Amino acid sequence: MAHPHDVPTSSQLLEAVRQWLERDVMPAVDARLQFHGRVAMNLLAMVEREIEIGPGQAVEHDERLATLECADDSELAQRIKSGEMDDRLEEVRALVYASVVDKLLVANPKYLEK
Amino acid sequence: MSINTLVDALASDLSLLLGAREISNLRRLTGGASRETWRFDADGSSFVLQRVRPGTIGGLKQEPSVLVMAARHGVPVPELVFDGSASDALTQPFMIVRAVEGETIARKIQRDDAFGLARQNFCRDAGTALAKLHGIDVQEVSGLEDEDQVERYREVLDFLNEPHPTFELVFKWLKAHQPESRRRTIVHGDFRLGNLMIGPRGIEAVLDWELAHLGDPMEDLGWLCVKAWRFGGAQPVAGLGSYDDLFSAYEEHSGVKVDHDVVRWWQVLGTLKWGIICISQASTHLSGVIRSHELAAIGRRVCENEYDLFQLLEGEW
Repeated sequence: MAHPHDVPTSSQLLEAVRQWLERDVMPAVDARLQFHGRVAMNLLAMVEREIEIGPGQAVEHDERLATLECADDSELAQRIKSGEMDDRLEEVRALVYASVVDKLLVANPKYLEK
Repeated sequence: MSINTLVDALASDLSLLLGAREISNLRRLTGGASRETWRFDADGSSFVLQRVRPGTIGGLKQEPSVLVMAARHGVPVPELVFDGSASDALTQPFMIVRAVEGETIARKIQRDDAFGLARQNFCRDAGTALAKLHGIDVQEVSGLEDEDQVERYREVLDFLNEPHPTFELVFKWLKAHQPESRRRTIVHGDFRLGNLMIGPRGIEAVLDWELAHLGDPMEDLGWLCVKAWRFGGAQPVAGLGSYDDLFSAYEEHSGVKVDHDVVRWWQVLGTLKWGIICISQASTHLSGVIRSHELAAIGRRVCENEYDLFQLLEGEW
Protein backbone atom coordinates (compact mmCIF):
# COMPACT_ATOMS: atom_id res chain seq x y z
CA MET A 1 0.00 0.00 0.00
CA ALA A 2 1.42 3.39 -1.01
CA HIS A 3 1.59 6.20 1.57
CA PRO A 4 3.51 9.47 1.93
CA HIS A 5 5.05 8.86 5.38
CA ASP A 6 8.69 8.85 6.36
CA VAL A 7 10.38 6.13 8.33
CA PRO A 8 10.02 4.91 11.01
CA THR A 9 6.95 2.92 9.98
CA SER A 10 3.97 2.78 12.32
CA SER A 11 5.16 -0.62 13.57
CA GLN A 12 8.60 0.72 14.24
CA LEU A 13 7.17 3.66 16.19
CA LEU A 14 5.11 1.33 18.36
CA GLU A 15 8.13 -0.87 18.87
CA ALA A 16 10.18 2.14 19.98
CA VAL A 17 7.57 3.11 22.59
CA ARG A 18 7.22 -0.48 23.77
CA GLN A 19 10.97 -0.86 24.21
CA TRP A 20 11.18 2.45 26.11
CA LEU A 21 8.49 1.18 28.51
CA GLU A 22 10.37 -2.05 29.00
CA ARG A 23 13.84 -0.56 29.36
CA ASP A 24 13.27 2.70 31.27
CA VAL A 25 9.79 2.78 32.80
CA MET A 26 9.21 -0.73 34.13
CA PRO A 27 12.31 -0.93 36.36
CA ALA A 28 11.48 2.49 37.86
CA VAL A 29 7.87 1.89 38.98
CA ASP A 30 6.08 -0.08 41.73
CA ALA A 31 4.46 -3.49 41.27
CA ARG A 32 0.98 -2.12 40.53
CA LEU A 33 2.27 0.17 37.78
CA GLN A 34 4.45 -2.64 36.47
CA PHE A 35 1.33 -4.73 36.02
CA HIS A 36 -0.38 -1.93 34.08
CA GLY A 37 2.86 -1.33 32.18
CA ARG A 38 2.93 -4.98 31.11
CA VAL A 39 -0.66 -4.69 29.89
CA ALA A 40 0.33 -1.58 27.88
CA MET A 41 3.37 -3.32 26.38
CA ASN A 42 1.23 -6.30 25.37
CA LEU A 43 -1.23 -3.98 23.66
CA LEU A 44 1.54 -2.28 21.68
CA ALA A 45 2.93 -5.66 20.59
CA MET A 46 -0.58 -6.70 19.58
CA VAL A 47 -1.02 -3.68 17.33
CA GLU A 48 2.43 -4.30 15.83
CA ARG A 49 1.30 -7.81 14.88
CA GLU A 50 -2.00 -6.52 13.52
CA ILE A 51 -0.21 -4.00 11.29
CA GLU A 52 2.00 -6.79 9.99
CA ILE A 53 -0.44 -9.63 9.38
CA GLY A 54 -3.86 -7.92 9.61
CA PRO A 55 -4.19 -6.96 5.92
CA GLY A 56 -3.58 -10.55 4.77
CA GLN A 57 -6.02 -11.83 7.40
CA ALA A 58 -8.70 -9.42 6.17
CA VAL A 59 -8.43 -10.84 2.64
CA GLU A 60 -8.74 -14.39 3.94
CA HIS A 61 -11.65 -13.46 6.17
CA ASP A 62 -13.50 -11.96 3.21
CA GLU A 63 -12.94 -15.19 1.31
CA ARG A 64 -14.34 -17.25 4.19
CA LEU A 65 -17.42 -15.03 4.43
CA ALA A 66 -17.90 -15.20 0.65
CA THR A 67 -17.85 -19.01 0.85
CA LEU A 68 -20.72 -18.76 3.33
CA GLU A 69 -22.43 -16.00 1.31
CA CYS A 70 -22.31 -13.56 4.21
CA ALA A 71 -21.25 -9.90 4.08
CA ASP A 72 -19.77 -9.84 7.59
CA ASP A 73 -19.61 -11.64 10.95
CA SER A 74 -22.81 -9.98 12.03
CA GLU A 75 -24.76 -11.53 9.14
CA LEU A 76 -23.08 -14.89 9.72
CA ALA A 77 -23.96 -14.80 13.42
CA GLN A 78 -27.56 -13.92 12.57
CA ARG A 79 -27.87 -16.74 10.03
CA ILE A 80 -26.42 -19.32 12.46
CA LYS A 81 -28.88 -18.11 15.10
CA SER A 82 -31.90 -18.27 12.80
CA GLY A 83 -31.13 -21.85 11.76
CA GLU A 84 -30.34 -21.03 8.11
CA MET A 85 -26.92 -22.66 8.46
CA ASP A 86 -28.13 -25.82 10.18
CA ASP A 87 -27.47 -28.01 7.13
CA ARG A 88 -23.83 -26.94 6.81
CA LEU A 89 -22.74 -26.47 10.43
CA GLU A 90 -19.57 -28.53 10.06
CA GLU A 91 -18.34 -26.28 7.25
CA VAL A 92 -19.36 -23.16 9.20
CA ARG A 93 -17.50 -24.38 12.29
CA ALA A 94 -14.29 -25.00 10.32
CA LEU A 95 -14.36 -21.50 8.81
CA VAL A 96 -15.26 -19.79 12.09
CA TYR A 97 -12.46 -21.72 13.81
CA ALA A 98 -9.98 -20.44 11.21
CA SER A 99 -11.02 -16.86 12.00
CA VAL A 100 -10.64 -17.47 15.75
CA VAL A 101 -7.10 -18.71 15.14
CA ASP A 102 -6.38 -15.57 13.10
CA LYS A 103 -7.67 -13.37 15.94
CA LEU A 104 -5.37 -15.18 18.39
CA LEU A 105 -2.38 -14.81 16.06
CA VAL A 106 -2.76 -11.07 16.62
CA ALA A 107 -4.16 -10.90 20.16
CA ASN A 108 -2.12 -13.62 21.89
CA PRO A 109 -0.21 -16.09 19.67
CA LYS A 110 1.18 -17.92 22.72
CA TYR A 111 -2.35 -19.07 23.53
CA LEU A 112 -2.27 -21.35 20.48
CA GLU A 113 0.72 -23.24 21.88
CA LYS A 114 -1.21 -24.47 24.93
CA MET B 1 -14.05 18.05 49.91
CA SER B 2 -10.53 16.70 49.73
CA ILE B 3 -9.82 12.95 49.76
CA ASN B 4 -8.48 13.24 53.31
CA THR B 5 -11.64 14.94 54.54
CA LEU B 6 -13.77 12.23 52.89
CA VAL B 7 -11.71 9.48 54.51
CA ASP B 8 -11.87 11.22 57.91
CA ALA B 9 -15.64 11.57 57.58
CA LEU B 10 -15.98 7.88 56.73
CA ALA B 11 -13.76 6.94 59.69
CA SER B 12 -15.92 8.93 62.07
CA ASP B 13 -19.13 7.35 60.63
CA LEU B 14 -17.60 3.89 61.10
CA SER B 15 -16.59 4.72 64.65
CA LEU B 16 -20.20 5.65 65.46
CA LEU B 17 -21.63 2.55 63.72
CA LEU B 18 -19.36 0.09 65.49
CA GLY B 19 -19.13 1.95 68.78
CA ALA B 20 -15.36 1.86 68.37
CA ARG B 21 -13.00 4.25 70.14
CA GLU B 22 -10.49 4.36 67.34
CA ILE B 23 -10.65 3.71 63.58
CA SER B 24 -7.21 3.41 62.00
CA ASN B 25 -5.51 2.35 58.76
CA LEU B 26 -8.65 3.11 56.76
CA ARG B 27 -7.72 2.52 53.13
CA ARG B 28 -9.42 1.81 49.84
CA LEU B 29 -8.77 -1.61 48.26
CA THR B 30 -9.38 -2.35 44.61
CA GLY B 31 -13.01 -3.24 44.08
CA GLY B 32 -15.39 -4.18 41.31
CA ALA B 33 -17.29 -1.83 39.08
CA SER B 34 -20.30 -1.75 41.38
CA ARG B 35 -18.60 -1.82 44.79
CA GLU B 36 -16.06 0.13 46.79
CA THR B 37 -14.02 -1.98 49.19
CA TRP B 38 -12.30 -0.47 52.23
CA ARG B 39 -10.20 -2.06 54.92
CA PHE B 40 -9.72 -0.64 58.40
CA ASP B 41 -8.89 -1.44 62.02
CA ALA B 42 -11.29 -0.71 64.87
CA ASP B 43 -9.89 -0.97 68.40
CA GLY B 44 -7.27 -3.47 67.24
CA SER B 45 -9.41 -5.76 65.03
CA SER B 46 -9.44 -5.65 61.20
CA PHE B 47 -12.60 -5.24 59.17
CA VAL B 48 -13.65 -4.88 55.54
CA LEU B 49 -16.33 -2.45 54.41
CA GLN B 50 -18.12 -2.99 51.11
CA ARG B 51 -20.16 -0.08 49.90
CA VAL B 52 -22.27 0.18 46.74
CA ARG B 53 -20.90 2.79 44.36
CA PRO B 54 -23.18 5.78 43.80
CA GLY B 55 -25.27 5.35 40.66
CA THR B 56 -25.22 1.55 40.80
CA ILE B 57 -28.57 -0.16 40.38
CA GLY B 58 -29.48 -3.08 42.60
CA GLY B 59 -27.83 -2.30 45.94
CA LEU B 60 -26.43 -5.13 48.03
CA LYS B 61 -29.43 -7.37 47.40
CA GLN B 62 -29.42 -10.54 49.49
CA GLU B 63 -25.69 -10.72 50.05
CA PRO B 64 -25.64 -10.12 53.84
CA SER B 65 -28.38 -12.67 54.51
CA VAL B 66 -26.69 -15.23 52.23
CA LEU B 67 -23.43 -14.74 54.16
CA VAL B 68 -25.19 -15.42 57.47
CA MET B 69 -26.93 -18.49 56.05
CA ALA B 70 -23.72 -19.86 54.53
CA ALA B 71 -21.86 -19.40 57.82
CA ARG B 72 -24.62 -21.22 59.71
CA HIS B 73 -24.23 -24.19 57.37
CA GLY B 74 -20.46 -24.45 57.75
CA VAL B 75 -19.35 -22.72 54.55
CA PRO B 76 -16.19 -20.75 55.39
CA VAL B 77 -17.16 -17.06 54.97
CA PRO B 78 -16.18 -13.77 56.59
CA GLU B 79 -18.24 -13.01 59.69
CA LEU B 80 -20.91 -10.37 59.04
CA VAL B 81 -20.51 -7.59 61.59
CA PHE B 82 -22.95 -4.97 60.30
CA ASP B 83 -25.69 -5.35 57.68
CA GLY B 84 -26.16 -1.91 56.16
CA SER B 85 -28.12 -3.11 53.12
CA ALA B 86 -31.13 -1.05 54.19
CA SER B 87 -29.22 1.71 55.99
CA ASP B 88 -28.39 5.22 54.83
CA ALA B 89 -25.73 5.77 57.51
CA LEU B 90 -22.99 5.73 54.86
CA THR B 91 -25.18 7.25 52.11
CA GLN B 92 -25.02 4.05 50.01
CA PRO B 93 -25.99 0.49 51.06
CA PHE B 94 -23.04 -1.30 52.70
CA MET B 95 -21.93 -4.18 54.86
CA ILE B 96 -19.04 -4.68 57.25
CA VAL B 97 -17.36 -8.05 57.72
CA ARG B 98 -14.46 -9.19 59.88
CA ALA B 99 -11.29 -9.33 57.75
CA VAL B 100 -9.95 -12.79 56.92
CA GLU B 101 -6.18 -13.02 56.42
CA GLY B 102 -4.73 -14.81 53.42
CA GLU B 103 -4.12 -14.44 49.70
CA THR B 104 -6.53 -14.04 46.79
CA ILE B 105 -4.08 -13.51 43.92
CA ALA B 106 -4.11 -16.65 41.77
CA ARG B 107 -0.51 -16.39 40.57
CA LYS B 108 0.80 -16.36 44.16
CA ILE B 109 -1.47 -19.18 45.30
CA GLN B 110 -0.34 -21.28 42.34
CA ARG B 111 3.39 -20.66 42.76
CA ASP B 112 4.47 -19.49 46.22
CA ASP B 113 6.01 -22.04 48.59
CA ALA B 114 3.76 -20.79 51.39
CA PHE B 115 0.71 -22.34 49.64
CA GLY B 116 2.03 -25.85 48.94
CA LEU B 117 -0.34 -27.46 51.44
CA ALA B 118 -3.21 -25.17 50.39
CA ARG B 119 -2.75 -26.34 46.80
CA GLN B 120 -2.90 -30.00 47.90
CA ASN B 121 -6.07 -29.33 49.90
CA PHE B 122 -7.74 -27.08 47.35
CA CYS B 123 -10.04 -29.59 45.60
CA ARG B 124 -11.09 -31.13 48.90
CA ASP B 125 -11.84 -27.71 50.41
CA ALA B 126 -13.66 -26.46 47.32
CA GLY B 127 -15.75 -29.63 46.97
CA THR B 128 -16.63 -29.54 50.68
CA ALA B 129 -17.56 -25.83 50.72
CA LEU B 130 -19.74 -26.17 47.62
CA ALA B 131 -21.43 -29.31 48.95
CA LYS B 132 -22.34 -27.45 52.16
CA LEU B 133 -23.56 -24.38 50.27
CA HIS B 134 -25.69 -26.48 47.94
CA GLY B 135 -27.15 -28.37 50.89
CA ILE B 136 -28.90 -25.26 52.23
CA ASP B 137 -32.69 -25.37 51.96
CA VAL B 138 -33.61 -22.72 49.36
CA GLN B 139 -36.58 -21.73 51.51
CA GLU B 140 -34.14 -20.27 54.05
CA VAL B 141 -33.15 -17.32 51.84
CA SER B 142 -35.66 -15.24 49.97
CA GLY B 143 -35.24 -12.81 47.11
CA LEU B 144 -32.45 -14.57 45.21
CA GLU B 145 -32.66 -14.31 41.45
CA ASP B 146 -33.85 -17.42 39.69
CA GLU B 147 -33.08 -16.97 36.01
CA ASP B 148 -32.31 -19.34 33.17
CA GLN B 149 -28.56 -18.72 32.71
CA VAL B 150 -28.58 -19.42 28.95
CA GLU B 151 -31.37 -16.89 28.43
CA ARG B 152 -29.63 -14.40 30.67
CA TYR B 153 -26.39 -14.38 28.69
CA ARG B 154 -28.33 -14.49 25.41
CA GLU B 155 -29.86 -11.18 26.50
CA VAL B 156 -26.51 -9.71 27.61
CA LEU B 157 -24.88 -10.59 24.25
CA ASP B 158 -27.81 -9.15 22.29
CA PHE B 159 -27.66 -5.99 24.40
CA LEU B 160 -23.91 -5.58 23.75
CA ASN B 161 -24.62 -5.89 20.02
CA GLU B 162 -21.24 -7.44 19.17
CA PRO B 163 -22.26 -10.53 17.19
CA HIS B 164 -19.86 -13.49 17.34
CA PRO B 165 -20.46 -16.53 15.10
CA THR B 166 -18.64 -18.80 17.61
CA PHE B 167 -21.04 -17.82 20.37
CA GLU B 168 -24.06 -18.51 18.15
CA LEU B 169 -22.72 -21.99 17.36
CA VAL B 170 -22.24 -22.60 21.09
CA PHE B 171 -25.68 -21.29 22.07
CA LYS B 172 -27.11 -23.76 19.56
CA TRP B 173 -25.15 -26.64 21.15
CA LEU B 174 -26.11 -25.57 24.69
CA LYS B 175 -29.81 -25.55 23.85
CA ALA B 176 -29.61 -28.93 22.13
CA HIS B 177 -27.78 -30.53 25.07
CA GLN B 178 -29.31 -28.76 28.08
CA PRO B 179 -29.21 -31.24 30.98
CA GLU B 180 -32.32 -31.87 32.97
CA SER B 181 -31.69 -30.04 36.22
CA ARG B 182 -32.46 -32.34 39.12
CA ARG B 183 -31.61 -29.95 41.96
CA ARG B 184 -32.30 -26.29 42.52
CA THR B 185 -30.05 -24.76 45.17
CA ILE B 186 -28.23 -21.57 46.13
CA VAL B 187 -25.42 -21.09 43.61
CA HIS B 188 -22.46 -18.85 44.53
CA GLY B 189 -22.12 -17.75 40.91
CA ASP B 190 -18.43 -16.74 40.94
CA PHE B 191 -16.60 -19.48 42.87
CA ARG B 192 -12.98 -19.36 41.63
CA LEU B 193 -9.47 -18.21 42.54
CA GLY B 194 -9.59 -14.46 43.06
CA ASN B 195 -12.79 -14.76 45.08
CA LEU B 196 -11.40 -17.26 47.59
CA MET B 197 -9.25 -16.25 50.55
CA ILE B 198 -6.50 -18.86 50.71
CA GLY B 199 -4.39 -19.46 53.82
CA PRO B 200 -1.43 -21.79 54.30
CA ARG B 201 -3.76 -24.79 54.84
CA GLY B 202 -6.42 -24.10 52.22
CA ILE B 203 -9.63 -22.13 51.72
CA GLU B 204 -10.15 -19.75 54.65
CA ALA B 205 -13.16 -17.91 53.26
CA VAL B 206 -15.43 -17.77 50.22
CA LEU B 207 -15.80 -14.11 49.20
CA ASP B 208 -17.79 -12.05 46.67
CA TRP B 209 -21.33 -13.34 46.96
CA GLU B 210 -22.61 -10.58 44.69
CA LEU B 211 -23.72 -13.01 41.98
CA ALA B 212 -25.39 -15.59 44.25
CA HIS B 213 -28.63 -16.91 42.77
CA LEU B 214 -30.85 -19.98 42.60
CA GLY B 215 -30.11 -22.63 40.03
CA ASP B 216 -28.44 -25.92 39.18
CA PRO B 217 -25.58 -26.44 41.66
CA MET B 218 -23.40 -27.93 38.91
CA GLU B 219 -23.01 -24.36 37.62
CA ASP B 220 -20.52 -23.67 40.45
CA LEU B 221 -18.46 -26.80 39.65
CA GLY B 222 -18.39 -26.04 35.92
CA TRP B 223 -17.38 -22.40 36.49
CA LEU B 224 -14.48 -23.46 38.74
CA CYS B 225 -13.14 -25.59 35.85
CA VAL B 226 -13.35 -22.88 33.15
CA LYS B 227 -9.95 -22.50 31.49
CA ALA B 228 -9.62 -18.77 32.26
CA TRP B 229 -9.83 -19.64 35.99
CA ARG B 230 -6.85 -22.01 35.70
CA PHE B 231 -4.70 -18.88 35.28
CA GLY B 232 -2.28 -20.77 33.06
CA GLY B 233 -2.10 -23.85 35.33
CA ALA B 234 -2.26 -27.29 33.71
CA GLN B 235 -4.77 -28.95 36.04
CA PRO B 236 -8.48 -28.54 35.21
CA VAL B 237 -9.74 -27.36 38.63
CA ALA B 238 -8.42 -23.81 39.20
CA GLY B 239 -5.12 -24.97 37.70
CA LEU B 240 -4.56 -26.84 40.97
CA GLY B 241 -6.31 -30.20 40.96
CA SER B 242 -8.13 -32.94 39.10
CA TYR B 243 -11.82 -33.35 38.31
CA ASP B 244 -11.79 -36.60 40.33
CA ASP B 245 -10.50 -34.90 43.48
CA LEU B 246 -13.12 -32.15 43.24
CA PHE B 247 -15.99 -34.49 42.43
CA SER B 248 -15.13 -37.05 45.12
CA ALA B 249 -14.95 -34.36 47.85
CA TYR B 250 -18.27 -32.96 46.63
CA GLU B 251 -19.90 -36.40 46.52
CA GLU B 252 -18.63 -37.29 49.99
CA HIS B 253 -20.10 -34.17 51.60
CA SER B 254 -23.30 -33.84 49.57
CA GLY B 255 -24.21 -37.47 49.01
CA VAL B 256 -24.94 -36.48 45.40
CA LYS B 257 -23.23 -38.20 42.49
CA VAL B 258 -21.57 -35.76 40.08
CA ASP B 259 -22.28 -36.32 36.38
CA HIS B 260 -19.20 -35.10 34.52
CA ASP B 261 -21.21 -34.46 31.34
CA VAL B 262 -23.45 -32.05 33.25
CA VAL B 263 -20.41 -30.28 34.72
CA ARG B 264 -18.93 -30.05 31.20
CA TRP B 265 -22.16 -28.47 29.91
CA TRP B 266 -21.85 -25.80 32.62
CA GLN B 267 -18.15 -25.43 31.82
CA VAL B 268 -19.10 -24.69 28.20
CA LEU B 269 -21.71 -22.16 29.34
CA GLY B 270 -19.16 -20.68 31.79
CA THR B 271 -16.58 -20.25 29.04
CA LEU B 272 -19.18 -18.61 26.79
CA LYS B 273 -20.25 -16.41 29.71
CA TRP B 274 -16.68 -15.24 30.40
CA GLY B 275 -16.27 -14.48 26.69
CA ILE B 276 -19.39 -12.31 26.82
CA ILE B 277 -18.17 -10.62 30.02
CA CYS B 278 -14.90 -9.80 28.18
CA ILE B 279 -16.95 -7.96 25.54
CA SER B 280 -18.82 -6.19 28.30
CA GLN B 281 -15.58 -5.13 30.07
CA ALA B 282 -14.25 -3.59 26.87
CA SER B 283 -17.56 -1.78 26.37
CA THR B 284 -17.19 -0.28 29.88
CA HIS B 285 -14.02 1.37 28.55
CA LEU B 286 -15.38 2.21 25.08
CA SER B 287 -18.55 3.83 26.44
CA GLY B 288 -16.45 5.97 28.79
CA VAL B 289 -17.97 4.65 32.03
CA ILE B 290 -14.45 3.72 33.17
CA ARG B 291 -11.57 4.62 30.86
CA SER B 292 -8.89 1.96 31.29
CA HIS B 293 -6.40 0.33 28.94
CA GLU B 294 -6.70 -2.79 31.06
CA LEU B 295 -10.44 -3.05 30.30
CA ALA B 296 -9.70 -2.26 26.65
CA ALA B 297 -7.18 -5.12 26.55
CA ILE B 298 -9.79 -7.58 27.86
CA GLY B 299 -11.80 -6.98 24.67
CA ARG B 300 -9.06 -8.73 22.74
CA ARG B 301 -9.30 -11.75 25.05
CA VAL B 302 -12.72 -12.75 23.69
CA CYS B 303 -10.98 -14.98 21.11
CA GLU B 304 -9.22 -16.95 23.90
CA ASN B 305 -12.66 -18.03 25.07
CA GLU B 306 -13.79 -18.78 21.54
CA TYR B 307 -10.71 -20.98 21.13
CA ASP B 308 -11.40 -22.71 24.47
CA LEU B 309 -14.97 -23.39 23.33
CA PHE B 310 -13.75 -25.05 20.13
CA GLN B 311 -11.37 -27.19 22.20
CA LEU B 312 -14.05 -28.12 24.76
CA LEU B 313 -16.54 -29.09 22.08
CA GLU B 314 -14.16 -30.90 19.74
CA GLY B 315 -15.78 -34.23 18.91
CA GLU B 316 -18.91 -33.22 20.87
CA TRP B 317 -20.75 -31.34 18.15
